[in-house]
Amino acid sequence: MTELKNIRNFSIVAHIDHGKSTLADRLIQMTGTVAERDMKQQLLDAMDIERERGITIKANSVRIEYPAKDGQTYILNLIDTPGHVDFAYEVSRSMQAVEGSLLVVDASQGVEAQTLANVYQAIEADHEIVPVLNKIDLPAAEPDRVRENIEDVIGIDATDAVEISAKTGLGIPDVLEAIVTRLPAPEGDRDAPLKAMLVDSWYDPYLGVVVMIRVIDGVIKKGDQIKMMQTGASYRLDKLAVLKPQMIDIPELGPGEIGVFTASIKQVRDTKVGDTITHDKKPCDKPLPGFKPSVPVVFCGLFPVDANDFESLRDAIEKLQLNDASFSSEMETSAALGFGFRCGFLGLLHLEVIRDRLEREYDLDLITTAPSVVYHVHMKDGTQQDLHNPADMPDLTYVDHVEEPRIKATIMVPDEYLGDVLKLCQDRRGIQLDLTYAGTRAMVVYDLPLNEVVFDFYDRLKSVTKGYASFDYQFTEYRQDNLVKMQVLVNEEPVDALSMMVHRDRAEQRGRAMCEKLKELIPRHMFKIPIQAAIGGKVIARETLSAMRKDVTAKCYGGDATRKKKLLEKQKAGKKKMRQFGKVEIPQSAFISALKMDD
Amino acid sequence: MADDWQNGGFGLYVHWPFCQAKCPYCDFNSHVAASIDQTRWRDAYLSEIKRISDLVPGRTLNTIFFGGGTPSLMQPEVVADIIDAARAAWPTANDMEITLEANPTSVEAGRFQGYREAGVNRVSMGVQSLNDDDLRRLGRLHSVAEARKAFDIARNTFDRVSFDLIYARQDQTPDQWVAELREALSMAIDHLSLYQLTIEAGTAFGDRYDRGLLRGLPDEDSAGDMYFLTQEICDAAGLPAYEVSNHARPGSESRHNKIYWRYGDYAGIGPGAHGRLTFNGQRHAIDTALAPGKWLETVEKTGNGDQSCTPLTGFDQAGEYMMMGLRLRDGISVNRYESLLGQPIANTEELESLGMIEHSGDQLKTTDQGRAVLNAVIRELLPDSEGA
Ligand SMILES: Nc1nc2c(ncn2[C@@H]2O[C@H](COP(=O)(O)OP(=O)(O)OP(=O)(O)O)[C@@H](O)[C@H]2O)c(=O)[nH]1
Ligand SMILES: C[S@@+](CC[C@H](N)C(=O)[O-])C[C@H]1O[C@@H](n2cnc3c(N)ncnc32)[C@H](O)[C@@H]1O
Ligand code: SF4
Ligand SMILES: [Mg+2]
Repeated sequence: MTELKNIRNFSIVAHIDHGKSTLADRLIQMTGTVAERDMKQQLLDAMDIERERGITIKANSVRIEYPAKDGQTYILNLIDTPGHVDFAYEVSRSMQAVEGSLLVVDASQGVEAQTLANVYQAIEADHEIVPVLNKIDLPAAEPDRVRENIEDVIGIDATDAVEISAKTGLGIPDVLEAIVTRLPAPEGDRDAPLKAMLVDSWYDPYLGVVVMIRVIDGVIKKGDQIKMMQTGASYRLDKLAVLKPQMIDIPELGPGEIGVFTASIKQVRDTKVGDTITHDKKPCDKPLPGFKPSVPVVFCGLFPVDANDFESLRDAIEKLQLNDASFSSEMETSAALGFGFRCGFLGLLHLEVIRDRLEREYDLDLITTAPSVVYHVHMKDGTQQDLHNPADMPDLTYVDHVEEPRIKATIMVPDEYLGDVLKLCQDRRGIQLDLTYAGTRAMVVYDLPLNEVVFDFYDRLKSVTKGYASFDYQFTEYRQDNLVKMQVLVNEEPVDALSMMVHRDRAEQRGRAMCEKLKELIPRHMFKIPIQAAIGGKVIARETLSAMRKDVTAKCYGGDATRKKKLLEKQKAGKKKMRQFGKVEIPQSAFISALKMDD
Repeated sequence: MADDWQNGGFGLYVHWPFCQAKCPYCDFNSHVAASIDQTRWRDAYLSEIKRISDLVPGRTLNTIFFGGGTPSLMQPEVVADIIDAARAAWPTANDMEITLEANPTSVEAGRFQGYREAGVNRVSMGVQSLNDDDLRRLGRLHSVAEARKAFDIARNTFDRVSFDLIYARQDQTPDQWVAELREALSMAIDHLSLYQLTIEAGTAFGDRYDRGLLRGLPDEDSAGDMYFLTQEICDAAGLPAYEVSNHARPGSESRHNKIYWRYGDYAGIGPGAHGRLTFNGQRHAIDTALAPGKWLETVEKTGNGDQSCTPLTGFDQAGEYMMMGLRLRDGISVNRYESLLGQPIANTEELESLGMIEHSGDQLKTTDQGRAVLNAVIRELLPDSEGA
């Protein structure tokens, strides 16, 4: 047990890639927490996908012992957080578990969109904030300018910002001292009944569900019978440990401490992040306020390319959900794509990450349908439906109006690209809310429909700004607009997988693009095939795929019979793999490409 | 009951695998060799004829075809010995057709008289193009003038002379092809083979195509235009297509090739030659070693050049008959197809209503429209899979 005054708990927050994980590495390394030979880059990014993409997806915690200049040894609990907006909820709940934040800003870039978003969360959580200027080894680093930039844009004092290079290790001792001297020690009452916050939980193949907690009051010991106040479930603690970052058993944890336990919990779903953990026999009187649960905002269908893989896909999704309660799934059938799942994600990156993991870790080939948001469909009879899949849109005659989610998007961009960014936002039905400058960087705030953003907004933004813009958003509200379901008909037959919700004003353009694309993708048949986009019964765009004109082998003599017949049989077998729409056969690959919309 | 092959007849194919140079579009089993011991080759062909005639004795031989490669590089004496051996091995039809493929250079024209004396009565010449630039692009060793001269010598030597052209070439427009075709028709006697250029995998053109370097090939629509123009013009000139790429005055069709399309029996000798032979009441698919040296040595050492000899099920035969037979304007016999397959023909209605095939009585044939997309038609009609 450590005395409160010798504990410091903090998170490291920053814009994506500004060096949070690298700083965590240096802190771990310089305090000798991990043996030199076991050290590797971005040590805490343990998942394959994190290592490969060089990003943090899950918040990770580690306990460090630091002998400070004042002669005392401190226990530092650091939480490295993800920078990407999709995982913002990881940041927000991590902040509830600690008292301070290191705000890392890349000194060659300055404040970016997620710097802002994260720092506001830290301020809201009443954190003491220590600004850290990273990457000062870079020739492009301008610590003085970035100091000013922090003061201008965020409005916090940056005079004492610590200048470091997480890469070379320069300035790390100053960071450690700043943590001890500038961040507050936790408070808490050792003699009060146990009150601990459930910060995170994950599935470990050997240990089952591992629960991370922050003790507020009281003491928790191995073997204790505990109770989760929200779910009501009661468990006996099998194991109590701290993360260094491997689990090291510990007999007890007291106020201010962070650690993990296991208790024969089967599924991550059985635990509720933000729940209050107390003793079964002697509970605390009031639970903690808890966190707002994360809700999926982007939905898409995931279908196996090979229909025989459906069961494997089901298993794989279940396994991933053991560990990631933030993605949802529900079985779906499509005439075009067969059996699959409609899955909900926190954002596009989250979607990509899950899809990648399914494909790679479970060796599946998947078709992803166009991402869509959740619409509120208000029916004439006064009821309301949540629409996750455009194919399920009710008949228009029963629909009164449709609402879509809107977001407040903050974009920071060098002023030379401002015009392109404004045009992009305008094209995506955006309403400008604010435009300010900090030096040569502009900060624009837009009210945008989320559905226009999940499409390919981020890619377009990157390309029009050559990667110099940063972007963050928050959900604001549901708002009514002229939203319709656009159907695609091939040879007069609707193709469910290609249905999408669009704004009426954008429908012609989308419809035309889709028809043109399909015309290239569907192989010619012996007859001509109309390809149409329609709203209700009204055709808004049309292309015609002309009939096959010539497909005949020029030379076929005695010596060719065997080979040519094999070829035709193979082609015939290939036809079987295609999806049949009335008389038309459409290859899987056509759906895959058609769903990759690039405006 | 008579064997099925008798519906198509019986022919002998002799493959000569050597050429003076390899053309960049060609995926035939043809090779350039420094020296060829023609006596050894002759002996090997003769031994194969003997072996096969023991397997299928006594039947009437309708045709012999010397194909290649470039059989016009064979010494006339070798050709004569082979023809004599075949005549000795089987009873032959009085009007037996004996065709030899020839390249139209002066060297070979000098041997035409010898081939005639050996018994060859039909020559098929690879003229390929009536445009010197295109002949060069096709890697041919002859000019248009040389080809014309060789053709004249041939027509003065043989009763029946056909020639081949390749169209839908790089940068060729429909107009240019029409002009070239009219010129060809003015030269033609009674038979023409008109092939659309096919880019074959593993050829020089194939490699260039894959690397995106073979430019100017017509797209499907303009190749289709050229195909239909060809049909129209040849019809009007009295040389209608009796098969996808072969045009003849009625009665002057290649009888040997019709054995393939009518799914008769044929023996194939020489490297890479294929055969379909019925013995012991069972039709077999036979092929031989592809490499010339290997084939020659195998025949010399073992007395048998076959590499594989596989019995064909009724299902296989039905599919082959359909695929080959629908190439002919006259199409196939539904009764014959169904008795090979052992079940009724399927999936015809849709194709009929689209105007791709015509089905009347026992005859099922493609329309002009259907023949242009024959691969798609066959994909629909081919029986699904054995037993299904
Ligand atoms: N030159 C230089 N590069 C650095 C420094 N610190 C980090 N980097 C590099 O910046 C990149 C991003 O570093 P990370 O530590 O993964 O950044 P992060 O903030 O954890 O990123 P996310 O978790 O994805 O938000 C890596 O390529 C690091 O090697 C530094 O001090 N100097
Ligand atoms: C066995 S080949 C060649 C005969 C002879 N050696 C010659 O080249 O004249 C028969 C015919 O097939 C045609 N041919 C060969 N390769 C072709 C291709 N890739 N595309 C179209 N026709 C081809 C040519 O017209 C050729 O004359
Ligand atoms: S086209 Fe004729 S000459 Fe040219 S390589 Fe082929 S077989 Fe030989
Ligand atoms: Mg990171």
